[in-house]
Amino acid sequence: MEINALATLSKAIAIGLGSIAPAIAIGMIGSKAMEAIGRNPEASGKVFVPMLLASAFAEAIAIYALVIAFSIK
Amino acid sequence: MATENNTVGLNTLTENSLNTESSSIVPENKNQEISHESTLYAEPIFHIGNFTITNALFTSEIVVLILIIFFVTLRFKIKKIPKGIQNFFEIIIEGAESLCDQVTNSRKITNKAFPIVLTVFFIVLLNNWMGILPLGGFGLVEMGESGKMFIPLIRSGTADINGTLPLAILSVIGANLFGIISIGLWKTTNKYVNLKALGGIFTKIRKDPMVLMTAPIMFAVGLIEFVGEFAKIASLSFRLFGNVFAGEVLLASMGAIFAYALPTPFLLLEVFVGMIQAFIFAILTLVYYTIASLDHDEDEGHHEENKLQEAH
Repeated sequence: MEINALATLSKAIAIGLGSIAPAIAIGMIGSKAMEAIGRNPEASGKVFVPMLLASAFAEAIAIYALVIAFSIK
Repeated sequence: MATENNTVGLNTLTENSLNTESSSIVPENKNQEISHESTLYAEPIFHIGNFTITNALFTSEIVVLILIIFFVTLRFKIKKIPKGIQNFFEIIIEGAESLCDQVTNSRKITNKAFPIVLTVFFIVLLNNWMGILPLGGFGLVEMGESGKMFIPLIRSGTADINGTLPLAILSVIGANLFGIISIGLWKTTNKYVNLKALGGIFTKIRKDPMVLMTAPIMFAVGLIEFVGEFAKIASLSFRLFGNVFAGEVLLASMGAIFAYALPTPFLLLEVFVGMIQAFIFAILTLVYYTIASLDHDEDEGHHEENKLQEAH
């Protein structure tokens, strides 16, 4: 295979594989937060900030993959 | 999250450019077509002496100017009975303070950290939104490596790693300084270089021989936390940069697929993402300030809990 084609492929693989785990993580965080709000609707304000923080941490991993994908030449 | 890898990554980052053609111009005649690429680094637009001004730096200076002018004029118009825009900002500040109270659990820490956190929030928010203002058409046309290049004057300051890295360093170093001020130099040093645990070997060994085992572990944990500070800087800066830059690339490629109609919903998404990222940056800064101002050894029972919070 050509080196350019390999680079393009590796970019796609880096971001594609790297975003599987964060996607699952954000989905779980969201579903658990919805569950918590459903059980106790008054706590929605208190759930919101930790939920955003946790999803930011999960999302950071996808961002690392994105940066790697950008930096592959 | 090895920090060495990140610094190596930075060097390669600045050398590469991302080849996303935002316009569907086929470069047949290289001397006439003007091409535009979204580059990973900010493009220089002019020089002052030897100092190069990039478009990201230019935009962030504009943001600072806007914020200073706006808030200084607002400051001199403050009245006892709020009216109009003062009313609006009083609502914002009250809401933000009660949100900060949820994180810090004490009004004392909130009052101390609030000014810097809110300033960071407004700077990041305005920087994020400057990138999606319809001002991208203003720019310079320069001769690049492959024909004429279009260089926009406005590029959000957070879409450049040189814009987000100083902000992240500022918030982590600021958190440590805040820790030194609130719990003292000795306790803050002991978080990273745990001299207290090592000293405990000599003072506690008669009562409790197990200290020979635990003290070196405590010392090693302190060193790991020192590395963790650099991981904080890396994750803060890369998160913001990645989100904003990816948003710009997304808009450019959507515009290339089907102009005007397709990018519109994504523009709205970018407004939302810009706000969420500014919020997350500010809240994380506040979390670091809060952690730094807490005393680890106050009671050992909460030690594991603090560790969990600092895992990131």
